[in-house]
Amino acid sequence: MTETASSFIAKSTIKAADLEHRRKINFNIDKYNATVPLGKQQFSDVAIARERAKNAKWRAIEHLDQYLEHFEKQITARGAKVLWAETAEQALQEVGKICKEKNCTTVVKSKSMVTEEIHLNHFLEEQGIESVETDLGEYIQQLDGEPPYHIVTPAMHKNKEDVARLFADKLGVPGGLSPEELTQVARQKLREKYVQAEIGVTGANFIVADIGGIAITENEGNARLSCAWPKTHIVIVGIEKVIPSITDLALFWPLLSTFGTGQKVTVYNSIVTGPRQPNETDGPEEMYVILLDNGRTNLLANPAVREALYCIRCGACLNACPVYKNIGGHAYETTYSGPIGSVITPHLRGMHEYKHLSYASSLCGNCTEVCAVKINLHELLLENRHEAVVKGESTLAERIAWKAWKASSLNRKMMNMGNGKMKNWVVNKVFKGWTAHRSDLDFSQQTFNQMWAERNKE
Amino acid sequence: MSTRDKILQAVKNNKPALIPLQEIPALLDVTEENPIVKFTAILKNLSTEVKEVDGWDEVIQYVSELKQQYKIVTVIDGVDGIVNDGADTINQSAAALASLDYALIKGPIGIAENGAIWLNDKNLPNRLLPFICQHLVLVIEAKDIVSNMHQAYRKIQVNEEGYGVFISGPSKTADIEQSLVIGAHGPLSLRVYIVH
Ligand code: SF4
Repeated sequence: MTETASSFIAKSTIKAADLEHRRKINFNIDKYNATVPLGKQQFSDVAIARERAKNAKWRAIEHLDQYLEHFEKQITARGAKVLWAETAEQALQEVGKICKEKNCTTVVKSKSMVTEEIHLNHFLEEQGIESVETDLGEYIQQLDGEPPYHIVTPAMHKNKEDVARLFADKLGVPGGLSPEELTQVARQKLREKYVQAEIGVTGANFIVADIGGIAITENEGNARLSCAWPKTHIVIVGIEKVIPSITDLALFWPLLSTFGTGQKVTVYNSIVTGPRQPNETDGPEEMYVILLDNGRTNLLANPAVREALYCIRCGACLNACPVYKNIGGHAYETTYSGPIGSVITPHLRGMHEYKHLSYASSLCGNCTEVCAVKINLHELLLENRHEAVVKGESTLAERIAWKAWKASSLNRKMMNMGNGKMKNWVVNKVFKGWTAHRSDLDFSQQTFNQMWAERNKE
Repeated sequence: MSTRDKILQAVKNNKPALIPLQEIPALLDVTEENPIVKFTAILKNLSTEVKEVDGWDEVIQYVSELKQQYKIVTVIDGVDGIVNDGADTINQSAAALASLDYALIKGPIGIAENGAIWLNDKNLPNRLLPFICQHLVLVIEAKDIVSNMHQAYRKIQVNEEGYGVFISGPSKTADIEQSLVIGAHGPLSLRVYIVH
């Protein structure tokens, strides 16, 4: 077993038994579950909306190269600079270069999973640049020195008392503040940072191909401030985030907000098509868009799992997943957790190290059932298991065991060999791996043939 | 080969073969019988104060009241009795704008189905304005309220406008234990005037 796999098993074993943790997660997810059905009422037909969204993403991926080039051409014409990065390192280098050029000492950041993926904060810190998360949930996580716990609700595993304690510890404010007061503290602290920052970094929810723009959706207003307050705006976004047309936003924005948080609409839905124009009076002077591959073309190359690229990161599959609900977002030790994380991580970061995630599923299919763009998540998990075996990633003992199982299952004589006691011994004692996390198997004392013969006697 | 070409090549080599897409019925584009009623109801649900008024008198009155007490900016064109002083914000630093108490801005489109109001560079002398002020007041003419987003997108030309945003409600967050807090980083409150 790889170290990542054993660490995953150890952490999830602890978390699964942590009742306090489970209580907090369930509290949050229950609230989510209560609001989502209300949000869904805005669609005349949710099933058709999801189907259409899947179709639009399908089109986007079929023409991904043309769409990306078209986007680049359009937004470049309006003065933005498009940079391409094959790997996380390349993306970081580009950011580093820009920061140097601008003599940057402070960066304000809005929430973006891609920047987590490339570990931007860590990189900036090494360069002596302060990087401040401005989304409240991310800010809380940053104060606590933890990665986000959930792709939509970064501090889902903390209750309000935890957050109040954290603020008191780290910011020296009085203890026991209410969520309202805590939010105002963060607002004040972060406004100070906006004043200092030379560069704002954001992600993008969508790359809108036809107009050559990026679309950002949010409630707090921090992403807007991050991209319009500092003089330089850097967008970092995965190449798969393309949608063909601005009119598709009429579908994708409500889908994302409903499936993400149960809202009908988020407060701010912005479209940015470039930096300040010559005829415009404000906005950032410079805008960079870094298009990141970092393993996404591996997914594209694989017809069986390609549709995982349709994901709009709404987080619905996490909230629906019985595994996620028990082990939580940190046990995975990956940027993307839950079902979608288990599907894409082995392709982004290596099957060998991450194949174990495909087994962290009961294959109940609830993720597929709730997915905003109808990705067949549970089938893709199964596909990953299959690929791991085909690639020879399974252990020798497992291969031998299944071979023996197959041979004996296909052979009546072998099935009838030995008594139940002996079978129990072979499975439960010889192949101990099977029983490490399961109760013992108990074979019938009679063979099937014996039972059949007895039954037909009567 | 440059990184750009390498990525594009990888995409070209690996993208799926074209197959005809399934036909899926379009979503209903229902025109509301009374878009203003819907617009108002939705906005009220989004913690927004809505005032429906006949003519501009009440708005003019409101502006002059605010002016006596607060630092305000008004970006409303073509109304006698209201001075559009948006241009003053053009060269103001963000730090200066942050001390602004109120911004009043007229939007070109309102959307009934989700209570959103569209603003773009044409209505925004400064892109930060609607986010950085402490309180935001949006003004929309009743005739500019459409039923849904599909209809709105037909009216919008962002690539000509450069930047645009749909705003629905004051800024908010539910990042702490999912408890809703109005007033996150953006304005602490939103008031909307619908002018007939
Ligand atoms: S896989 Fe589907 S449900 Fe999960 S985050 Fe992506 S879009 Fe949402």
